[in-house]
Amino acid sequence: MDLGATNYSRIAVFGGVYNNYLSLQALVKEMPRHKVDALFCLGDLGAFGPHPDRVLPLLVENKIQVVQGNYDNSIGNDRDDCQCGYTDPRDNYFAQISYDYTNTHTSREFKNYQKNLPPEIRFVAHGKRVLLCHGSPRRTNEFLWESTTPTQFLEKIFKDYNADLILTTHTGIKWQRRLSNGKLFANIGVIGRPENDGKTNVWFSIVHFSPEVRVEFIPLEYDFQRLAKEMKEEKLPEEFIQTTLTGWWTTCLEILPGKERARGEF
Amino acid sequence: MMVATQTSTKSPPESIPKVSFHGLDALWFQVGGTICNLWCTHCFISCSPKNHTFEFMSANEVGKYLDESATYGVKEYYFTGGEPFMNRDMLAILEHTLQHGPATVLTNGILISPKIAARMRQLVDASLYTLEIRVSVDGFSEFTNDAIRGEGSFRRALEGVQNLVAEGFLPIITTMQSWDENENETVLRRFKETLMILGYTRPRLKIIPPLRIGREIMRYRGYTDGEHITPEMMIGYDDHQLLCSTSRTITNRGVYVCPILIDHDDARLGNTLAETFRPFPLQHQACYTCYLSGTVCSNFNPGRDN
Repeated sequence: MDLGATNYSRIAVFGGVYNNYLSLQALVKEMPRHKVDALFCLGDLGAFGPHPDRVLPLLVENKIQVVQGNYDNSIGNDRDDCQCGYTDPRDNYFAQISYDYTNTHTSREFKNYQKNLPPEIRFVAHGKRVLLCHGSPRRTNEFLWESTTPTQFLEKIFKDYNADLILTTHTGIKWQRRLSNGKLFANIGVIGRPENDGKTNVWFSIVHFSPEVRVEFIPLEYDFQRLAKEMKEEKLPEEFIQTTLTGWWTTCLEILPGKERARGEF
Repeated sequence: MMVATQTSTKSPPESIPKVSFHGLDALWFQVGGTICNLWCTHCFISCSPKNHTFEFMSANEVGKYLDESATYGVKEYYFTGGEPFMNRDMLAILEHTLQHGPATVLTNGILISPKIAARMRQLVDASLYTLEIRVSVDGFSEFTNDAIRGEGSFRRALEGVQNLVAEGFLPIITTMQSWDENENETVLRRFKETLMILGYTRPRLKIIPPLRIGREIMRYRGYTDGEHITPEMMIGYDDHQLLCSTSRTITNRGVYVCPILIDHDDARLGNTLAETFRPFPLQHQACYTCYLSGTVCSNFNPGRDN
């Protein structure tokens, strides 16, 4: 989807809601003080948390423009699994639990919404060509971790996809890198679960286009105790609840590169 | 003893499917040649202390390809052999590589002393990128491992693992599946228990399927006639799953399609990277294993198309 030339000077971007409607509510509540021109979500609306359908009205009422993640593609098209790209049996076991839960509790209306989301959103702001996608510009479920994404690879991607700013999510851990030619890449993390650093907050980003383009990562506090309580009520795995309460990932760890994995607890 | 290598299927050429080349994501270096300090009974390229079919690559040789690879936007580098740490240039090669991108070394772990582990810690700390060490261990006991990899190799490999863990590495323990598939869960559990007792508290494990070529033909068996890729099998198949669609392997004798087929002349695609960027016919029976298992050699599967 191409929005063409815009007059954006500041936008909010976030990824990976993972059914966490409470963090999404907290984010929306923060918006007035950031004075943004538009809100974007980079996909993966479901997974992990409770009550998938509570996310949809928040997206619609706040005019949030959403890129389709692998999860949304799966839920929208009634696929059997989340296409997360895990390779370890334990990771897949837990991924399937949250997928089956999300799939069962997502209304037909929300599934249709997810099915029709665009795989990427492009626009121009202050002369910069912006590309918003989920995993990478070339593959929805490609993991772009900081320690496995060479600068030479990013240089090629910027050239191949004609962009000045590329924003992605999918991995769950934020990072950014400015290239020597001024191009800017950022993986903006997720608001659905903490980023494996022992803290309970999540992260979103504000992109400033003036005087120069830059991405500001902003910590977001929300009622994680309530989320944990509702996850328990919905009989979601104790391992997920522990992540919400402690900030350490307990599942889906095998896909982490050694450098990122070593920073976590498990 | 060199074992005769099994090559193509009996299919006529027109029925051999080809894999497209989608761009160079992963670059492999046969940096240890076919020279190894072990003589494993399942080695698909029959490496040994005496196999000089492929020789070590120098830091200079590797460096030239590293610099060329940057222009193609290569995403990750792998180093294999033979035993990479028998190559005296290995640490210099890693230092250069980690300026370009993430690196993975496939090793038997035996030569990873506390000093080498400490030096690699310095290299990875000075880099933006990750350094993965994959240590091959065949099974969770001396009994299963040493039968395949030689007497004393279990204990020596695990000393290497402990040296890595002491430096904060999380080595990926790689093991060929030499047991029945329905025993997977038990083997994995016992493997993890063994590693935890040795102080590796959050072990990473990778199981790879047997490649029934090289010495493995004698250890267990070769491929049967029916085990090859047919054109029908490629219909609807996402060929990104195959390493050869996004990777090449550099040796001291030129550029090959993948690290598994270096004993086969038709797998040698050229002298420079650029001349090897073309489709490859999947005529080898080892291709069948990759077809079934996805990227056998990579740390992670690249994922499927939506």
